[in-house]
Amino acid sequence: MSLAAAAATAHATTTITTTTAAEAHGFLSPTGVEIAFLLVGLVTFGAALITVTTRQLVHAALWLVVALGGLAVEYLLLTAEFIAWVQVLIYVGSVVVLLLFGLMLTKAPIGRSPDADSGNRWVALTVAVVAAATLVWVVVDAFRTTWIDLDGPAAGSTRATGESLFQNWVLPFEALSVLLLAALVGAIVLSRKAKAESSSPPVNSRAATGSSPSVPDSRNHPIEGNGRGEGTSPAEQEGAR
Amino acid sequence: MHLAYPAVLSALLFCTGLYGVLARRNAILVLMSVELMLNAVNLNLVAFDVWLSRAAEETLHSGQALTLFTITIAAAEIGIGLAIVLAVHRNRGTSDIDKLRDTAEGPEPEGPEPDGPDHDALTAGQAEKAEATA
Repeated sequence: MSLAAAAATAHATTTITTTTAAEAHGFLSPTGVEIAFLLVGLVTFGAALITVTTRQLVHAALWLVVALGGLAVEYLLLTAEFIAWVQVLIYVGSVVVLLLFGLMLTKAPIGRSPDADSGNRWVALTVAVVAAATLVWVVVDAFRTTWIDLDGPAAGSTRATGESLFQNWVLPFEALSVLLLAALVGAIVLSRKAKAESSSPPVNSRAATGSSPSVPDSRNHPIEGNGRGEGTSPAEQEGAR
Repeated sequence: MHLAYPAVLSALLFCTGLYGVLARRNAILVLMSVELMLNAVNLNLVAFDVWLSRAAEETLHSGQALTLFTITIAAAEIGIGLAIVLAVHRNRGTSDIDKLRDTAEGPEPEGPEPDGPDHDALTAGQAEKAEATA
């Protein structure tokens, strides 16, 4: 009985809070921050769509810069300034540059590449649209009467972030540095040229029967295999043009 | 600000990245789509952190700490992922993930795409030729 009464009281309290919130903020009178958020969000979403649909690989990386920069502006609008500048530094500054280096080193075709999209594009589109519809419906239904209070001191200022990070999250922070060290060592080990090619164990039989045509060549004659890889990409480029 | 704006934007960005992961063929484009998905999660974390720090008097700022961790882990992931893609490209001469089917089950992969049978027939013919010459 007392539990039910407490629950009813809590429910009444939340109802009062949400009604007052709904009265304080109108549905059809967006504030300037909301309009700015909406416009930047449209730009971000459009850039993301172009990133996943364009057939020019380098353009995809450059549109990714627009999407990530738009997200940094969204963080600024949400008063999370430290996260915004970290986003600019790490994503726009290093991750996209790394992706561009990867595109160059794998000899990605310049211009339109005809096989950028896989054959299961329509299945992927169906899955993505259904997931988007479900998520948007659930999220809008759940947070219909919830407002972020952006007035007063900024909730995500560098001071607040730093204090919480170095008072409450010190151990995960240090563990993260160990993870970065492990990633560094792993990337170096992976990208080093393997010296002992002959002592490596034999590849499985399916690779030897030629399920992918360049495998036997590249294993028996590595230099010719590389030359072959270089030879195919200009042909693909010309085919793309 | 209405909380639905950042939540809807992050849901849409996540599904855009999901489409990219499923539909792209180049491994580096797949990595770009993974970055989009991670950024959608980051936007969600920041928005809910800003909301809860005011609405629930939450002073831990766990959302922002988690966002920083996610950004760092994404940077590590992109480094390792590109190293793997480069190693595969050096060995195979391709970064096309549809062609990396060495661990697929069955005698020959049967692609659902329209150009799959031709490619498979060509590969099978090459395999038979290789076996005949051997």
